[in-house]
Amino acid sequence: MCAQILEERQESIKLAADYKAAPIRCDAASVSGAVSQRACVYCGARVVLNPITDAFHIVHGPIGCASYTWDIRGSLSSGSDLYRNSFSTDLQEKDVVFGGAEKLAAAIDEVMRVYAPKLIFIYCTCIVGVIGDDVEAVCRNAERAWGVSVIPVKAPGFSGNKSTGYKMACEALMQLLLPHKDQSRNNGVNILGDYNLAGEMWIIKSYMRETGIPVVSTFTGDAAYDRLLRAPTARLNVVQCAGSMMYLAQRMEEEFGIPWIKASFFGVEDTSAAIRQVADLAGTPENRRRAEQLVSRESARVTRLVAPYYTRLAGKKAAIFVGGGFKAISLVRQFKEMGMKTVLVGTQTGRADEYEVLGKLVDPDTVILDDANPAELESFMREKGADILVGGVKERPLAYKLGIAFCDHNHERKHALAGYEGVENFTREVNLSINSPVWRHVRG
Amino acid sequence: MLELTPKTVSERSALRINPCKTCQPVGALYAALGVHKCMPHSHGSQGCVSYHRTLLTRHFKEPAIASSSSFTEGASVFGGGSNLRAAVKNIFDVYDPDIIAVHTTCLSETIGDDLNAYILEMTIPDGKVVVHTNTPSYAGSHVTGYANMLAGFIRYLADPGTEKNGKTAIFPGFVNPGDIRECNRLLGMLNLSVIMFPDQSGVMDAPMTNVYAMYPEGGTTIDEIRALGGCERVLALGHLTCEEPAEELKKKCKIPYTLLPLPIGVAATDAFVMAAAEASENIPKEIEEERGRLLDLMLDANPYFHDKKVAVYGDPDTVIGLTSFALELGMTPRYVITGTPGEAFTRHVNALLEKFGVADCTVKAAADLFELHQWIKNGPVDLLIGTSYGKQIAKAEDIPLVRAGFPILDRYGHSYMPIVGYQGAIRLAEMIAGALMDRQDRDCADEDMEVVM
Repeated sequence: MCAQILEERQESIKLAADYKAAPIRCDAASVSGAVSQRACVYCGARVVLNPITDAFHIVHGPIGCASYTWDIRGSLSSGSDLYRNSFSTDLQEKDVVFGGAEKLAAAIDEVMRVYAPKLIFIYCTCIVGVIGDDVEAVCRNAERAWGVSVIPVKAPGFSGNKSTGYKMACEALMQLLLPHKDQSRNNGVNILGDYNLAGEMWIIKSYMRETGIPVVSTFTGDAAYDRLLRAPTARLNVVQCAGSMMYLAQRMEEEFGIPWIKASFFGVEDTSAAIRQVADLAGTPENRRRAEQLVSRESARVTRLVAPYYTRLAGKKAAIFVGGGFKAISLVRQFKEMGMKTVLVGTQTGRADEYEVLGKLVDPDTVILDDANPAELESFMREKGADILVGGVKERPLAYKLGIAFCDHNHERKHALAGYEGVENFTREVNLSINSPVWRHVRG
Repeated sequence: MLELTPKTVSERSALRINPCKTCQPVGALYAALGVHKCMPHSHGSQGCVSYHRTLLTRHFKEPAIASSSSFTEGASVFGGGSNLRAAVKNIFDVYDPDIIAVHTTCLSETIGDDLNAYILEMTIPDGKVVVHTNTPSYAGSHVTGYANMLAGFIRYLADPGTEKNGKTAIFPGFVNPGDIRECNRLLGMLNLSVIMFPDQSGVMDAPMTNVYAMYPEGGTTIDEIRALGGCERVLALGHLTCEEPAEELKKKCKIPYTLLPLPIGVAATDAFVMAAAEASENIPKEIEEERGRLLDLMLDANPYFHDKKVAVYGDPDTVIGLTSFALELGMTPRYVITGTPGEAFTRHVNALLEKFGVADCTVKAAADLFELHQWIKNGPVDLLIGTSYGKQIAKAEDIPLVRAGFPILDRYGHSYMPIVGYQGAIRLAEMIAGALMDRQDRDCADEDMEVVM
């Protein structure tokens, strides 16, 4: 394998064939000095909560954490666009010396004097804990003074990795939901872990509508305060991106008794399975019949549409480096449907059980790696002769520099990639990139 | 878009909305990428460096490498010394740079990590270099961080004992690779022997070669930074960006410096060319011709610029340059802001406005785009000039936007192209005229539509 691997990283990289002998090392802190592709606790919390469209998201810290996360994710809204603004306390040196709690309280007051929000999230960044601001007290006081929900999100960057941030976001959501525990049940489902990137939540909701299963609440794509509060009334939680939301599903099961399932809406096979599964668990025979109808119509339609592309893609080799393990699993399956082979698969924050599934799903000579850096990605993509990399913003120019095609399956996706529509878009994008006329000039 | 922005401006002292700046470390990181075979290193949580690399990649559409000390709970309690030692060893072992440029973060600053001591005490492989600078995110902005990183390189490396080399050192300021190429081209025409520091051309606009080079060919070399101590003089471009590193070099190596505005527009480019040439008889005909072509264009299109109201926002020196050129074109700046704190900005802009006899313009440092939007609601403008973060305002108020400065996240090719020099001004004039004239075409009645304009 690659020569340029830090000793500490050896256990985080395996061939699928070797997987049985010893599991991959994951969910550990990044090695100091590594050019990691990973983000921090705050980032994890922020991406989960930010799509709540009518909330004030106030970042308590120096300006960077607010500006880097300002309107970057492409989560769409059918209502308010408040969440597309950037609010922060922009802490200065004197605040760091004398404490920032007063400034935070003043910032909340300034919001309340101009707007009439129902919900405010306060994100605590790295230095807030270190300088000792009692953010919970500030939030409690503001709630009392103004009569709105002001919820602290405890997300100092150093306190774990991005997954820790997901958990902190889920805790904040539970703090919002718990006072609304006592509501009567209805027949609908909540959809968890979809962030409505390029309108994907709307696609999933359209399937639920056609099947006849009401969607009560969405976490957190296109979410709004009033709808969120009804979440405890749902019969089932459908968890799409398990990495970010499994914890919330577990907590809602504990507190509200709502059962949950993992469901992936990426690829024909997984989308069909998800629609059927939801109808089975949350629907009537009539719902199941309609689900069957939807699945057979749409899978036939999309299979017909993408067939011409498959001849151009068959035998091509894919490399996958995405945030979570659940998405990676779906992508491997999707590439199989397309007749492509996954030669490398890695994640930023995949969990041991997900890596185990991946290990069984891919060919024995596929490289599996956790928390990769650009040097590792480069050397394995070269070694394995990958034709396309699926990843996020930092990986795109790396792939292009290597003369490898690229598809963004992260914040910068240009089209919805979920559902049957997503299969069509994904196939088109993969084809467009692999078969772009530009390559004629660069490969010689 | 942004329909919740109220027209009534209310007093804010604690809440920042829609910032026009970001934090110091990303500026330090960008500065360090302008040094050949340098690994920028962020001493803090790993999220910081992930954000900075993402932002730079989004602006330049290039890989942006940097490593992190990856602070954990332990490091933030007991200090990040061991993280830094492990990091430096790992970086040299695996990524093999010639130099590591460490910058701090709000976290390592707040817990009081002493980088001087850490670096003094650590083992550094022979022939390799580790430098650092302090970039507390809670002071200044990314522009401050850029300046601090340059000063850090100078503090560690510039050698007062080095031989006199007769060269002119150029500090190009926080600009794109395309701007640095343009500066180099002009200086080449003047036959000036220079050290460009830093130099991101060839790094953040590296060509597609089918090979990923972690360290592309561009960048100021370590030897060149050492040789800054033997230069004849420094031309530091950008009063608010480059004074600190120029002052540092003067203090350490007694090299005199001339502080100039970024060469954006006619007068500022004149000043740069004159300072570089030292005497007007040294200026070759080709440069005079370029200047003449710019003036020709400004005259040809002048009716379309005249009296157009404009808002300029972004980084201080870039905004000063763009404002200066807008005034030269006959436009009327109404709002001129930067997010970076410092009253020197308002002094510079007000001096320009006075020179052109423009009153009734709001000039503010440490401002944000939310208040700019509110002002525009109360007193509209014809054009916005600035970064991508103004596009929401542009959409909400239906105002054309000319993109210039950092960051530009929603267009391609901009970082290859200059806004400095006469050629850069020609490009800017074309973009501005194009934006205003496209608008006129779009808005005019059918009977007023003209093929010839």
